[in-house]
Amino acid sequence: MEHIRTTKVEQVKLLDRFSTNNKSLTGTLYLTATHLLFIDSHQKETWILHHHIASVEKLALTTAGCPLVIQCKNFRIVHFIVPRERDCHDIYNSLLQLSKQAKYEDLYAFSYNPKQNDSERLQGWQLIDLAEEYKRMGVPNSHWQLSDANREYKAAICRCSQPLSGFSARCLEDEHLLQAISKANPVNRYMYVIDTRPKLNAMANRAAGKGYENEDNYSNIRFQFVGIENIHVMRSSLQKLLEVSGTKGLSVNDFYSGLESSGWLRHIKAVMDAAIFLAKAIMVENASVLVHCSDGWDRTSQVCSLGSLLLDSYYRTIKGFMVLIEKDWISFGHKFSERCGHLDGDPKEVSPVFTQFLECVWHLTEQFPQAFEFNEEFLLQIHEHIHSCQFGNFLGNCQKEREELKLKEKTYSLWPFLLEDQKKYLNPLYSSKSQRFTVLEPNTVSFNFKFWRNMYHQFDRTLHPRQSVFNIIMNMNEQNKQLQKDIQDLESKIKQRKNKQTDGVLTKELLHSVCPESPTLKTSLCFKEQTLLPVNDALRTIEGSSPADNRYSEYAEEFSKPEPAVVSLEYGVARMTC
Amino acid sequence: MEFSELIRTGRAQAQLLRGPEAPPLRGTLCVTGHHLLLSPGPQSTPDLWLLLLRNVDSIEKRVAGDSGTITLRCKDLRVLQLEIEGVEATLDIARSIEALSSLESVITSFPFFYRPKGLRLGDAWHFHPPERYYKRVARETDAWRLSEVNEDFSLCPSYPRAVIVPRAVDDDALARSARFRQGGRFPVLSYSHSPSGTVLLRSSQPLTGPQKRRCAEDEELLRAVLAGARPGARGFILDTRSAQAAKQARMTGGGTEAKAAYPGWKRLHRPLERGRPLQESFVRLVEACGDPEQSMDRWLSRLEGCRWLAHVKEALSTACLAAQAMEREGACILVHGAEGTDSTLLVTSLAQLILDPMSRTMAGFQELIEREWIQAGHPFQLRCAHSAFSHARPKHEAPTFLLFLDCVWQLGRQFPLSLEFGEGLLLALFEHAYASPFGTFLCNSEKERCLCEVRTRTHSLWSGLNQPKEQRKLQNPLYVLNPLAIWPSVEPQSLRLWQGLFLRWTHPPEPAEVAWEKVWQIVTGKEETEASQPTASA
Repeated sequence: MEHIRTTKVEQVKLLDRFSTNNKSLTGTLYLTATHLLFIDSHQKETWILHHHIASVEKLALTTAGCPLVIQCKNFRIVHFIVPRERDCHDIYNSLLQLSKQAKYEDLYAFSYNPKQNDSERLQGWQLIDLAEEYKRMGVPNSHWQLSDANREYKAAICRCSQPLSGFSARCLEDEHLLQAISKANPVNRYMYVIDTRPKLNAMANRAAGKGYENEDNYSNIRFQFVGIENIHVMRSSLQKLLEVSGTKGLSVNDFYSGLESSGWLRHIKAVMDAAIFLAKAIMVENASVLVHCSDGWDRTSQVCSLGSLLLDSYYRTIKGFMVLIEKDWISFGHKFSERCGHLDGDPKEVSPVFTQFLECVWHLTEQFPQAFEFNEEFLLQIHEHIHSCQFGNFLGNCQKEREELKLKEKTYSLWPFLLEDQKKYLNPLYSSKSQRFTVLEPNTVSFNFKFWRNMYHQFDRTLHPRQSVFNIIMNMNEQNKQLQKDIQDLESKIKQRKNKQTDGVLTKELLHSVCPESPTLKTSLCFKEQTLLPVNDALRTIEGSSPADNRYSEYAEEFSKPEPAVVSLEYGVARMTC
Repeated sequence: MEFSELIRTGRAQAQLLRGPEAPPLRGTLCVTGHHLLLSPGPQSTPDLWLLLLRNVDSIEKRVAGDSGTITLRCKDLRVLQLEIEGVEATLDIARSIEALSSLESVITSFPFFYRPKGLRLGDAWHFHPPERYYKRVARETDAWRLSEVNEDFSLCPSYPRAVIVPRAVDDDALARSARFRQGGRFPVLSYSHSPSGTVLLRSSQPLTGPQKRRCAEDEELLRAVLAGARPGARGFILDTRSAQAAKQARMTGGGTEAKAAYPGWKRLHRPLERGRPLQESFVRLVEACGDPEQSMDRWLSRLEGCRWLAHVKEALSTACLAAQAMEREGACILVHGAEGTDSTLLVTSLAQLILDPMSRTMAGFQELIEREWIQAGHPFQLRCAHSAFSHARPKHEAPTFLLFLDCVWQLGRQFPLSLEFGEGLLLALFEHAYASPFGTFLCNSEKERCLCEVRTRTHSLWSGLNQPKEQRKLQNPLYVLNPLAIWPSVEPQSLRLWQGLFLRWTHPPEPAEVAWEKVWQIVTGKEETEASQPTASA
């Protein structure tokens, strides 16, 4: 690789991000064509994909060496100290080059090879089929040819961009189309038009010959602004949020005032409220809804996809969620490559629109812990891959561009890989029976919105709960299922024996004689001992944790005695892998 | 005193509104000596609705036309509304509730009349934590003894009869040390951490005064502590006031240990909020939680402004500091603030939860509360006289115990498998500390409880809670014994508002409760078994 000058640097220090007394791990830094790799003295590996790097910064030289700060799009922040400035400079330059590609063809997806043949790859791409999805929704039917409808209701969600109305322009064909949409709904004669922008922005757009629908020109429409801010506001909001949450020695008060002034949760709530408005119009009033913003691929995608998620439980399954993303985001032209900054482009086009969507979904999973088939890990994994450029799904800015790139021939689809690992992403509390046909009606009082620690501090392990309820429930669930199966097996065996033996008195004795030799029972016993214990062991590695991980340890400078290096092993933390 | 004098109207027709979730109840309202009853008409359910009057924190009445409305704000943070027929009746009932809910006499309070079925008077009062705990300590070290120097409560009115002290110090020396400490609270053992051979002690501030007085026996006591601990142990005195506040306390006769007088001991100051500011923080938080209409910005700024989570963080990190000094540094710790009955207990009890797996069991936690809060002389009667809704000028109220429960809840969230009890127990303790049919949280000290004969004339909360039918609500289905210390993260990103308590009534998290029920089902393996298992043929 022409960009790589130095491939290996030893004695590099990785600083603890939140430590105020510069606690660090020492290890070796490797630079590969696709990743930056740090292996510490405990052999723990930290892999950073070049495409995940949002910024690299070289700070002023210190006595310890040259600091290199890398911020990633998945919110990982690493702070290295490289002993020699020269090495640091080389790595810095390489990373600058490697993290900002000019051409799609240089992205990881085009070289990533998971050892599949062409037909497997094609199958992967065919896994999510939108034509199938429209069939599932029951369109086209006698009222609809193409668009998005909801199965049980005659009402529909439609989407578009803003009209080019200016101050007085009209378009009769457009008016007729809207009329046709509302006529397609036999139940309700009026329809809603939701403009997801704040009213002020929409009015300002009129001066540029754009704007919003005039209620007088369109018959039977009810017009509504829902006030979601634009991509630039969202970008700087997230930036403020990250600044606050990344502060060393952050106090509770600074955290909450920062959370407030960043406005992030306010924006999340606005998106959610808009989706609820949409869902209610369809659910309660049976009215069709047309959603637009300015261009129709950011806020509109957020609102339409969230609205669908509220209305249709299918989208709350693992497969359904993939379909939803394909339908409302990828195929409707959300500009993933620009919004995620896949290529070296205009930084003003970057915006966390899709991240916000995922966060809204997370808030829903918090409020309805049984309604979703997938768990938080699934959302984090998707977020990881919209930036990773490892799979073809999110490359490009619209369907046309994607076809030109021949993504289906040259890259792999993410979905089959997620499906293969499905077990990791299952929500053990999911209750498909009781949730199947229900519409979610989230409560958006302010109390319900919380900082999503597991997203924005995904890699800051010390901030996380030390034990996972999720893992243990998952395991118990598995175990219960296995035991259930064993019971059934044994019962069917008893039945077989019983049929042979007419004398019922012997059954009990038989049961005894069956047990020791029954292979199923043996496995179930093994299962019990083997799976239960490792689970606990796995948890042990996190649970004790170490006081050294936490900042209260640093309050006590008075504890001047040097710490014995092995102690943390006593608590089993040092080896935690993630 | 007769309750009947305070009851102006026996009964009235009324409708009760219990918030958006519960259906309204209509029936006959009745005020008795200790309760407000609502008896639905004969045609509907026979269930009585009952509210302990002691639970009423504030009352507001409004009349219009020929009916009135009474709003009751309860100490457990519930808000109830009664719509009553008749103006006279409304005013009379309001006055009766006002008078009866603010009675201060202990021996006429409800626990002295409460005789539930299935419980025997005197059950579960066998808790003698200092004695019991001493047995545990004695198994590990010989350096401590159980002293009954306070047998008649004359040395320290807020200590129990028996306390654990260094074996090397005799009762006379204890008496002198007691005279040198505020309220007679000389240093006593709170917890012995046997893996490190160190101990946690608590006391009140020394009465050094402006003259910087000293007390040889007090100094001897702390010297003996270090001598009895692991060889070479150092000591830290963790003062829960700022250095400046500790210094200022000298002007009023208090103060803090002089460095030179206590060789081997080093002072650390970790200021914790207490008293009125803490109560105000509680009041402001509850106020903020009562307004579901507020904007996101307003909510976040109020959450910040009330500072409650900052207090949670400070309490937890101070406890972690104490625990860490013992476990990692092998040092002995003495905790005190001024009186040694509030933030001191907060720190010592939390440090034990962090270090001691026993205290994280159902029985161990109850014993911890009995030993470190009730018998250790936390003045429950004064601190919990009013909750967050009262309009009365706060005198001695402070939600120190609630702050403790919140910290325990945070621990439980970060170590969801390590506590044998669940949120249900913490909620129950909060409710009972403020208003309870049981006698456990009555009075301010063991001495007062003896005078009032609480042990023989009321039921213990523990016997109430430990009934089998209560267990599912109180236990943590996921508990597995964790023999390690649990070190929580105290970063603001890791702490959360305790919604289950502060938003319990305004905003019931129903789906979460259903999900919790599902967890129980998975853990007990009952779900499919009941539905699908055919009856076994054998």
